[in-house]
Amino acid sequence: MLDSKVPAGPLAEKWSKHKFNLKLVNPANKRKYTIIVVGTGLAGSSAAASLAELGYNVKAFCYQDSPRRAHSIAAQGGINAAKNYQNDGDSVFRLFYDTVKGGDYRSREANVHRLAEVSVNIIDQCVAQGVPFAREYGGLLDNRSFGGAQVSRTFYARGQTGQQLLLGAYSALNRQINKGTVKMYNRHEMLDLVTIDGHARGIITRDMVTGAIESHEGHAVLLCTGGYGNVFFLSTNAMGCNVTAAWRAHKRGALFANPCYTQIHPTCIPVTGDHQSKLTLMSESLRNDGRVWVPKTVELAQKLRKGELKIADIKEQDRDYYLERKYPSFGNLVPRDVASRNAKEVVDEGRGVGASGIAVFLDFEDAIKRLGEDTVRAKYGNLFDMYYQITDENPYKQPMRIYPAVHYTMGGVWVDYNLMTTVPGLYALGECNFSDHGANRLGASALMQGLADGYFVIPYTVGDYLAGLGFAPVDKNHPNFEITRTEVEKRVRKLLSLKGSKTVDDIHKKLGHIMWEYCGMARNEAGLTKAKGLIQELRREFWNDVTVLGENEEMNQSLEKAGRVADFLELGELMVDDALNRRESCGGHFREESQTEEGEAKRNDEDFSYVAAWEYKGEDQPEVLHKEALVFENVKLTQRSYK
Amino acid sequence: MSGNMNLTLKVWRQKNDKTRGKFVTYQANGISSDMSFLEMLDVVNEDLVRKGEDPIHFDHDCREGICGMCSLHINGRPHGPKQGTTTCQLHMRSFHDGQTIVIEPWRAAAFPVIKDLAVDRSAFDRIQQAGGYINVNTGGVPDANGIPIPKIVADEAFESATCIGCGACVAACKNASAMLFVSAKISQYALLPQGQTERYSRAQAMVAQMDAEGFGSCTNTGACEAECPVGIKLTNIARMNREYLGAKILKQVEPH
Repeated sequence: MLDSKVPAGPLAEKWSKHKFNLKLVNPANKRKYTIIVVGTGLAGSSAAASLAELGYNVKAFCYQDSPRRAHSIAAQGGINAAKNYQNDGDSVFRLFYDTVKGGDYRSREANVHRLAEVSVNIIDQCVAQGVPFAREYGGLLDNRSFGGAQVSRTFYARGQTGQQLLLGAYSALNRQINKGTVKMYNRHEMLDLVTIDGHARGIITRDMVTGAIESHEGHAVLLCTGGYGNVFFLSTNAMGCNVTAAWRAHKRGALFANPCYTQIHPTCIPVTGDHQSKLTLMSESLRNDGRVWVPKTVELAQKLRKGELKIADIKEQDRDYYLERKYPSFGNLVPRDVASRNAKEVVDEGRGVGASGIAVFLDFEDAIKRLGEDTVRAKYGNLFDMYYQITDENPYKQPMRIYPAVHYTMGGVWVDYNLMTTVPGLYALGECNFSDHGANRLGASALMQGLADGYFVIPYTVGDYLAGLGFAPVDKNHPNFEITRTEVEKRVRKLLSLKGSKTVDDIHKKLGHIMWEYCGMARNEAGLTKAKGLIQELRREFWNDVTVLGENEEMNQSLEKAGRVADFLELGELMVDDALNRRESCGGHFREESQTEEGEAKRNDEDFSYVAAWEYKGEDQPEVLHKEALVFENVKLTQRSYK
Repeated sequence: MSGNMNLTLKVWRQKNDKTRGKFVTYQANGISSDMSFLEMLDVVNEDLVRKGEDPIHFDHDCREGICGMCSLHINGRPHGPKQGTTTCQLHMRSFHDGQTIVIEPWRAAAFPVIKDLAVDRSAFDRIQQAGGYINVNTGGVPDANGIPIPKIVADEAFESATCIGCGACVAACKNASAMLFVSAKISQYALLPQGQTERYSRAQAMVAQMDAEGFGSCTNTGACEAECPVGIKLTNIARMNREYLGAKILKQVEPH
């Protein structure tokens, strides 16, 4: 069932050979095909623009009021590319190697190598579009370093790289909209996938202004709909980020891979109370100069929390710089998963700080003494300002309080080397798919993957599929469109009929607590088993006791939320199933039963060197696991150590 | 953790663009000063839902101040009383216990109300579609370092490119002019070497679309600059006027 379609031959030649072997669609025939693109972040905008340039008809959809608002816009740090402009030993192979290792050897070699290959083209493309990357005084592009690499290969535009890259892709998209080759649908949400004879042939959408439930037909459907981090309620994702499009496709036959792989980012501003709606990231770069610590003893931490002691009262010898103590060679710059787990550990011991006790300090006192406040301001000023604005605490005068938060999901829709899912004609690009980051994503690699898929992979691979279809337009009168549309309408009506006592947010917050507690930074058999039951119970509570207001034929944010949470309630259980199945620790997935004597994550390559792809079998039926074996021919598997 | 601020909200409620809207008064009690303004509205909305009343609709997404989706005219000012922030980054400590807060949508003919506080800003998209890009296809472009750009120029272009497209400039302007928004994009490309080939046709196409959308003219009062959450400068408008004038003088009227 799972044919990854990875071409034969040496790693470095796979993509070039494959491109030559892919079938082409004659330029005059491209206009006979329509491609549907769902989502307009980096992957979606770049795909829609590039495919339209080639001559295809494209219909693009986004739930926001403009394609420019997709959450790619919030990425701060940068984008990796193997340009080796710094002459510091970078190469395509090194970027490939770092990414496979960073992913804790749970990604597909051939996909990652292709990603590294096309990374150089992405930077060229963005510069040609007028993206204002940071530059040196000589006028050439500047780079910085990021976690998990020993070279400087990260291109950036201040702390707003995602914004500038997305606006570049948005400009390319706008150019095609102006030419009439892309028809753009803003404020439209995909609610189902239409298949005919097992092939993806269209989608059902809801117009979020008028409520109209519409069918759209196409020869291929591209899901570019991002990750599912909002299953945790609190995350660094945008409020609207959701799994609905991917989940609906899953229920129509697309396998869902490695759902338990979630990235918990160590440096976020902690939760202040139940009112909290989302969490804000503080860039990883802060760990270059900030020192992480908590009080050495629980008693001191308690006094601090109660206000009986001030931070300054805690003497140097009473502070535990636990990352520096445990990992002397990497110190505060250990990878994200390690930093996050250690923060949880000290908080669980009762040594956390802040009023809630669920935070650790990130202290810049030494950096300010060493470099001076002005230098620190020049490096991190905008982040310090953002922190000050949100917490009302001045990080120049007292340490930041930080705590890990859900940030990115490595799992996603299973795709082959062509980015096609197990439903022919249905593709998944960007964070929405599972393919390139294994069990842990390195910083500055998400932007790279989104644009690689959209600009440089899908324009080649989609043609291979379309060329085999013939030129007939999709039959929009096929009964499956009406059948699927009716099902969507029925579901909307069912949601609107719910008039219980709980709000959708009540249920979503409960789900978030369950996921965070049992399927978050550390997981174990008993906790996961308990979580499975709790989620099933919560799903029943949702369908019996939630309230959804208003009607369909209007802007209805109550209804929008309810539909998304209903899907999260199903996905959450699959994440737990996947985490239960994977009795090893790898990357962001830490099973307490599988750790080294020092408490570090321990992989089990013999039994778990595979992609876990889950097949939907019907309402309340257990999903069926399919395994794609991961074969490593070019890297040697080792246990990561940061001591 | 709830807080101890009690507030009176006067919120604009409007079913859709075909019905008349009105102010409705709500009490927001137990508000914490740590909440963001939108989290305060979340609390009010949760109460409304529990009472079976339609929640207040407003646009928002990233809640990090970068996507540009949130709006809101708060006590007469776009994005509220604090300078240099979006509504989502505005916190309740900028208000005091007992205060009355008036919340309205962006008011501009070119931004019709969709529902309550949510407006239709697709006019901004259409202006960008008219010419806010460089005509390059994917692939076949020069090496990124083949186009050296002085740092000072790249930095200035970045300052213009940082516009989040929220529409506060239009909402702040007594003429509902969109010139700050349009000029930011025109400036970004006019400054960069990649944008030179089409600089005049771009200025003409974008200005023509801006006029067609019904935005007002600029009378240099500078309210847009004062209210812009990301600090887009008025000098962009001066540059746009130069670009537009240049296009007229050079009579470059080729389609963009």
